[in-house]
Amino acid sequence: MLRIVANRLIVAVPTLILVSMLIFGLQKLLPGDPVLAMAGEDQDAQVIATLRAKYHLDEPVPVQYALWVRDVAHGDLGTSLRTDVPVASLIAEKLPVTLQLAVMAMIFALGIGIPAGIVSAAYRGTALDYGANVIALSGMSIPNFWLGIMLIFIVSVRWHLLPSSGYVPPTEHFWLSIKTMLMPAFVLGAALGAQLMRHTRSAMLSVLRADYIRTARAKGLLRGAVIVRHAFRNALIPIVTVLALLFGELLAGAVLTEQVFTIPGFGKLVVDAVFNRDYAVVQGVVLVTALSFIIVNLVSDVLYIVLNPRLRRS
Amino acid sequence: MRTLMIAAALTIGVAASSGAAAQTSGQTLRIGLQEDIGSLDPARSAQVVDRIVFASLCSTLVDIGPDLKFVPKLATSWTTSADGKTLTFKLRQGVKFQDGEPFNAAAVKANLDRDRTLPTSNRKSELASVDHVDVIDPYTVAIVLKSPDAALLATLSDRAGMMLAPNTLADAAGVATHPVCSGPYKFVQRVQNDRIVLEKFDGYWDAAHYPIQRVIFQPIPDTTVRLANLRSGSLDMLERLAPSDVPAVKQDPNLRFVSVSGLGFYDLTFNIANGPRSNTPLRDKRVREAFELAIDRDAINRVIGAGIFAPANQALPKSSPYYDAALPFTHRDIAKAKALLKAAGHEHLNLELTFGNNTVASQIAQMLQAMVQEAGINLKLRPTDYAAALNAAHNGDFEVLFTGWSGRVDPDGNLHQFNTCSGNLNYGHYCNADVDKLLNDAREKPDVATRKPLYDAAAKLLADDDPIVYLYAQPWPFALSKKVHGFAPYPDGLIRLRDVSIKD
Repeated sequence: MLRIVANRLIVAVPTLILVSMLIFGLQKLLPGDPVLAMAGEDQDAQVIATLRAKYHLDEPVPVQYALWVRDVAHGDLGTSLRTDVPVASLIAEKLPVTLQLAVMAMIFALGIGIPAGIVSAAYRGTALDYGANVIALSGMSIPNFWLGIMLIFIVSVRWHLLPSSGYVPPTEHFWLSIKTMLMPAFVLGAALGAQLMRHTRSAMLSVLRADYIRTARAKGLLRGAVIVRHAFRNALIPIVTVLALLFGELLAGAVLTEQVFTIPGFGKLVVDAVFNRDYAVVQGVVLVTALSFIIVNLVSDVLYIVLNPRLRRS
Repeated sequence: MRTLMIAAALTIGVAASSGAAAQTSGQTLRIGLQEDIGSLDPARSAQVVDRIVFASLCSTLVDIGPDLKFVPKLATSWTTSADGKTLTFKLRQGVKFQDGEPFNAAAVKANLDRDRTLPTSNRKSELASVDHVDVIDPYTVAIVLKSPDAALLATLSDRAGMMLAPNTLADAAGVATHPVCSGPYKFVQRVQNDRIVLEKFDGYWDAAHYPIQRVIFQPIPDTTVRLANLRSGSLDMLERLAPSDVPAVKQDPNLRFVSVSGLGFYDLTFNIANGPRSNTPLRDKRVREAFELAIDRDAINRVIGAGIFAPANQALPKSSPYYDAALPFTHRDIAKAKALLKAAGHEHLNLELTFGNNTVASQIAQMLQAMVQEAGINLKLRPTDYAAALNAAHNGDFEVLFTGWSGRVDPDGNLHQFNTCSGNLNYGHYCNADVDKLLNDAREKPDVATRKPLYDAAAKLLADDDPIVYLYAQPWPFALSKKVHGFAPYPDGLIRLRDVSIKD
């Protein structure tokens, strides 16, 4: 197992380099100049020149990239061009916010998707199955931002049940923090839950057809025990794969959800940074995102081995 | 798995059991901003919205009244020398910075010197006329100029006149993350994209007039969500209400709508001489005039602006003493527009309009497209994001540009850099020696009486040459909870909290 982890980590390095080069290059292709955006309304020529020199924006792109890599290798992700705040501290400030959103959204997704998938597979072809499918399809087709705005209007403006937007750190006020995050987490989790339900259902269906399930039934085991202990455990392997892939979708979805609910997380940070051509921030965020994606996939690989004893020997 | 399910059940249970959103506690005022602020350092600040936060955080030497006349703030009085080259300020005594340092002439000098020398200072060009600053006595300071600068007082009513605690100035990174100023509220915390928290500074010289204890600024860029927050009670007021939401706010019994015409404007800039893309019929002023004649400003105001986009025909706001009331408005006249185009040798014309994309801008672009179509101008629309539009403007990569300016108190700020041959913001590279002379001379005259004729003459020349078509004055629409009392809007859009309170 350790060898697998080590191998994966070694492959991660070129992946990160490639991703960072790609983003660096793509950013430079964007029309728009961070210094002009930063110089504000007055566009003082002298200030523009000073800023350009200070952030090495007058150098050729490969040199800029090399300088960035050098700094990153020294643990320095640079400074936000717009706010003068170090990128590392921005990331440290925003990452927990998005993690909280992601974890809560995952709880919703898992809480809705897996039971619904199991039930609809177990009761295949019944009204329960069709009902779950209809809900799943609507969950997948309703756009994030629309659901978000509707929820704000109904739950916050009309009913005054939950805060309409913003963020409260759990260390400051735990319950208020959970309450503030409920709607966005639900919005983000709903679409994922729907996908998860579909995948769980099809994984369960294929497992339920297997011989050993028939054997288990024939032995006289309870239906519930067969489904949960025998079928679901084996269905988990494709589900874990999907979960790891959904993590990417979760991060992408967080960008929109954070915009709608004004959550000061990773997504909002990167969108603002792109609009202001705050290169250093975009680079830093992309690097951390790619890294976390790699880690999540690594964890899912390890989980396969835990879930499937056959893989341990090979 | 089971633990996850339990956690999910718990969170849902919590949501159901505890009601009501975060409530207004005591005298905390929560203000929704349209965008997050940039730097917290007044010397580095580059955005309009920064000034809204600074207005509570950092006091200026002088301030403006609603009529744009200068009123005392940290300076109690001021005099200009006969040659216009020395501005002497008498300073308020007994004023303290938020770290307890005393405010005095040395502090003023330290701040102005920093604004003029910090390499990345955005205040340098505003203070370019300053030669040096003299400390006359602890409460008298003289600003000595290279040449007379009529706009300096206005400059000092803005970020260049904001006084920070001298002991903190050496650490630029510290100022940007935790500014220590001289205003009624001191800095507590900033979470980027989320909030800026200020708390009342009890040592402020005018503290009795500030009943609000805590101010929280929350940037919420989405106008719908910003308004929803106000309605749900998560905000007490917001700035820059979307025009399309004005009727809804007016009808809401819990809200109040307050609006004022700002100092700035929205305009169309024609590319006359900036790069290869200026090679269009727009070089002919008859074509520019025809373009203007095809536009119906009142319709834009009615349809898109909900009545708050006051039509403009010049760079200066109506509230300014320099506003030229005699300058005629160009009203829509399609026949005349067509005739002018014909005289210039064009029946039909293809042009491109570049604009930074947002809801209002794209509505205006589409309306302009329809209007000029009737005069025979086929307008192609090119929406870009703001940063790209800015780049296009500088590089001359546009034919017609829809853009705006937040405005300055002094007329110079709305005219000089846009219309002089080498102006920073003269994107179309319009150049007229007479205009240059008038605008340069007006900088050096001492008062309204002597400056106004020069600005009137320049306005006339500009209206005739039409390098820029002014569309409407930038509005500052606010929506407030009925609980907020004592708020008055100013043309500069700043939120001044003197005597503002919350009463249920």
